[in-house]
Amino acid sequence: MNALPIWAALLVSALLIVAGLVTLVGSLGLLRLRTFRERMHAPTMGMTLGAFCVALSATIMASLLQHRPIFHEWLISLFLILTSPVTAILLMQSARQRRSRSGKDS
Amino acid sequence: MSAFLLYWGAAFALLCFTLGLACAAIRLMRGPSAEDRILALDTMYINSMLILLVLGLRFEAGLYFDVALLIALFGFVGSAALAKFLLRGEVIEP
Repeated sequence: MNALPIWAALLVSALLIVAGLVTLVGSLGLLRLRTFRERMHAPTMGMTLGAFCVALSATIMASLLQHRPIFHEWLISLFLILTSPVTAILLMQSARQRRSRSGKDS
Repeated sequence: MSAFLLYWGAAFALLCFTLGLACAAIRLMRGPSAEDRILALDTMYINSMLILLVLGLRFEAGLYFDVALLIALFGFVGSAALAKFLLRGEVIEP
């Protein structure tokens, strides 16, 4: 770990802090927003931007430590980008259907 | 100095992810509708996957990446199956 230069350590820790804050804001939004349609939007921030920042910091750190480009953390980010809209669409459709079936709005 | 920065950055990120996990767990127990609970479960999966990624970055072990990938996979399959069940009443339609 001592082989890492100081600018890389600064960059990696800043990215980690940003990822933590963004994900925490998303989860707090899930807890605090009032209706389901508002709550739907909050955790997507942690899914996209949080995972993106963590993958970028892991890429920087592993590439500098092993002196060759390492990209396998981006698999997770790509997978999340591909799959999180599917879950969101299914959840929203089911919420719409069940609410219209039970006859009350919101 | 760089070890210090990495240690505290990773510690802060882990603290934030754990707090997010707790928020999602509260919403999972309290959520008024079933969709809220599924969304909270999905958020818990994402947060725990990020915790594992940061732990792998902190300890420089490659095994955490595979576990995180598996958690992301199972999280998507579980959430999609639960949402499909709520939508249609069955998971795999004939």
